[in-house]
Amino acid sequence: MSQLHLPWLEISILLPIMGAIWAFYGQSKQSPHCQRHSLYFSGATLLSTCAAWRDFISLHTFEAHDSWDLFALFLRKDVFVIDELSAPLIPLAALLYFLTQLATQSTKVRRFSFFWSFVSEAILIMTFSCKSPMILVSLLTLGVLPMIFELTSRGKPIRVYCLHMGLYVILLLSGQMIIEIFGMTGTIPTFGVLLLTSAVLIRDGIIPLHCWMTDLFEHGSFGSSLLFVTPMVGAYGTMRLIFPIAPAWILESIAIVSLITAFYAAGMSLVQREARRFFTYLFLSNSSLVLIGVEIATPIGLTGALCVWLSVSLSLMGFGLTLRAVEARTGRLSLDEYHGLYERMPHMAGFFLLTGMASIGFPGTIGFIGAELLVDGAGQISMGLEVLIILATALNGLAVLHAYFRVFTGKHLTSTIDIRSRPAERAAVLVLSILILGAGLYPHPGISSRYHAALELLSQRENLFPLAPFEDEPPETREQQHHDVSDAHH
Amino acid sequence: MSNIDLIFRLCGVAVIVSPTVLFAVIALPSLLSWKLSEKQISRCCEMAVLVGLFSSLLMLLLMLVTGKRYVPIEMGNWVILPGEHFHFQFKFVYDRLSVPFLILTYVLVGTTGAFANRYLHRERGYNRFFLIYAMFLLGMVVATLAGTIETLFFGWELVGLSSALLIAYFHERQAPVSNGYRVWTIYRFADASFLAASVALHHFHGAGVFSALMGEGAWPYGVSTLTPHQALVIGVLLLIAAAGKSALIPFSGWLPRAMEGPTPSSAIFYGALSVHLGTYLLLRVSPIFEQSIVLRVAVISLGILTALFATLASSVQSDVKTGLAFSSLTQVGIITAEIGFGFNYLALIHICGHACLRAIQLLTAPSLLRDYHSMENAIGDHLTSHNHHNTGFLPLSVRLRLYRFSFERGYFDSLLDEYLVKPFLYVFQTCDKFERRWTDYLTNDMSRESDSVPAVSLGSEDPS
Repeated sequence: MSQLHLPWLEISILLPIMGAIWAFYGQSKQSPHCQRHSLYFSGATLLSTCAAWRDFISLHTFEAHDSWDLFALFLRKDVFVIDELSAPLIPLAALLYFLTQLATQSTKVRRFSFFWSFVSEAILIMTFSCKSPMILVSLLTLGVLPMIFELTSRGKPIRVYCLHMGLYVILLLSGQMIIEIFGMTGTIPTFGVLLLTSAVLIRDGIIPLHCWMTDLFEHGSFGSSLLFVTPMVGAYGTMRLIFPIAPAWILESIAIVSLITAFYAAGMSLVQREARRFFTYLFLSNSSLVLIGVEIATPIGLTGALCVWLSVSLSLMGFGLTLRAVEARTGRLSLDEYHGLYERMPHMAGFFLLTGMASIGFPGTIGFIGAELLVDGAGQISMGLEVLIILATALNGLAVLHAYFRVFTGKHLTSTIDIRSRPAERAAVLVLSILILGAGLYPHPGISSRYHAALELLSQRENLFPLAPFEDEPPETREQQHHDVSDAHH
Repeated sequence: MSNIDLIFRLCGVAVIVSPTVLFAVIALPSLLSWKLSEKQISRCCEMAVLVGLFSSLLMLLLMLVTGKRYVPIEMGNWVILPGEHFHFQFKFVYDRLSVPFLILTYVLVGTTGAFANRYLHRERGYNRFFLIYAMFLLGMVVATLAGTIETLFFGWELVGLSSALLIAYFHERQAPVSNGYRVWTIYRFADASFLAASVALHHFHGAGVFSALMGEGAWPYGVSTLTPHQALVIGVLLLIAAAGKSALIPFSGWLPRAMEGPTPSSAIFYGALSVHLGTYLLLRVSPIFEQSIVLRVAVISLGILTALFATLASSVQSDVKTGLAFSSLTQVGIITAEIGFGFNYLALIHICGHACLRAIQLLTAPSLLRDYHSMENAIGDHLTSHNHHNTGFLPLSVRLRLYRFSFERGYFDSLLDEYLVKPFLYVFQTCDKFERRWTDYLTNDMSRESDSVPAVSLGSEDPS
């Protein structure tokens, strides 16, 4: 396996850990420098992850690991690697944390836990850098803990979250254990794959097990909740743990429940009476579209899904940050009434609309081509699938404009309080907007990179267990898939 | 490349680049919190429209001189995945259909821009209006010249969003906003139908170029390579998309609502250009109507029914802009029927003439009473009114029903609300209640903090 020129991954993991230690011991939250110092750590992490990505691109390989890999010395294997799938996801994760910290209002610094933010950032970067199934399962388990501590420290109810996440962890661990134990015999146990699938579906918020997500946004801080869901760790778990080994019928089942979720959540976003709940359903609908593409398992569909993954993460993070900035000034926003905030915060209104439109794949934004590919890939499988995706996207478009009109228009406010957005908030959303528009107007490099990743993943699906038959899958299904991927490679 | 080809290319590119630059020039400063002055914005608009208009006129001149009737301008592949035969191509086509519509677009948009510059002088939303105006112009130009169905969709979406935002231009009032949202709702479903047609075309033909729909011949002499069944599927989806965009029945309810926008936007977008975009789409794909008689009958029927309905509705409206909106719709219905009958040139001429007439009528609508008074002063007597709809031969009960039907705009909005929107919302509101019960049960308490969110959270509403 190729080596990066420097241990960028280890540095990227170490920096947020140092940030967490600093936040825990070094600084009081009342300190005016608290936020600035946090930004140094998260900014350095972002630079380090970008360097890892750049270094990886320069190697022209499918995967690489750190030079001077300390973990490899102890564990005798490469724990943290960067490959075509994770290369953009790692800097994306760091960017999301950096921008969230940047856009946190000084009045909200006391409520936003920098310590848990750094801890979860470190876990997330480790998760995205990990391919080893057992360690990945452990990291996915660890990843749910920071939110429990945060909810508890704020005195909020945790039962809904804990019940769902508890079930998720049990299914995840038991599924992986079964696969590890019975996999040694040369046969992949379908029951184990099924347990794993159920686990990641809970983490993805697939209905009817999605209520933890709405509950999290109800009770958690908006920033932490955004950071917990927008990187779409569940989709990553699906790609690493399930996609390579799952029989076709499981992938098809995931596609069907994801499609139902996409449509259901799009409809639910239209009837919500409060902004955070609306955002949660909008996110659920869009993230489910990603899963549909993942499970289509054709080069076009998978490329579309990987593109939509990035676009949904970026655009809905921008959308969420804008909503959070508005909420920081007005309190929780009801969508029953018009708020007429446009004249008081015109930039935020513009960003809200831009990021919202980007999330539905509006032309000229990052999601446009991804959505086209996804629909095209779905069309190769079934026209009905494709029509439902189009309808879900149409409903999401309605929901976005509905929220825009409710929050920013409909009346003329005469409040004397200055609620204009701060430069830091504008900068955070501006960075996301530039990425959204830049990748939308010049999409070829991004699409091409995702296409290569999709081909490699499909190829791995063929090669990882070439001799391992599934318990209940006819051999011709795999042969057909193998031919599809081979044709694409040629 | 010969010199003449180079000039063709330069003109072709200038036509597209000028609105793109205009949009970027107005949008980027807004994004970066810089404010352009009214003068700077109006200068930019004038420049962009003039460059675009002269380039299109030069293109027309060159086409007439050289005898070329089909000039494709390929901007390369935006995205290409060779292994998958997937390519997103930006291809623009100058032909007998696109060039007249393009010139019409630039003329009307330019006229309205000049009008709006004074009409909206010192308005708080001046910048916003011209930002959306630039988006609309870009969308119209891209949709007009599109050589592939994806490119057309690109422009189509820009026109849709800009239209909804313009209707909601006076956004401190709730009525324009709710009307803008209504229009957006219709447009989204029209867009969904369009996208489905695009994917169906890819599915049947493997590419989204219009040559699949209308053969290799230049418009209107192309012969579609689709089978009758394929033509029917794609044609019906495109007809739904066109019906949404051009306010054909049953989607006609949005047209009078669109008049909530400022007069310039009503003139340009709904009276003149936007309302014709659906019929333009039908004209562009008209060769597929040759393939399916069922499709042809559907187009003609929809056109005639829309024309009849709009004639009735326009005769009972009490305000001038709504009356003009339904009069426009009558003509749009007739144009649709003409396309169905295969009178493509007639339909194109009809579109151009009708668009110019409506633009003038709507721009002069705010001063209509003043014009009437001037005319009455000039002739020294009252103007006489004529009742063109002689329905005296009908029984009173039928006349009353017709009146109610026309006054209520065919009940189309009510029907859509009653049988589509309400059941949809009811289903999801019920699901929301179930979710609440479930999370309350799991929490063993009231689970939703959002229930206590006050409806109005900040400040007070300006009574003015």
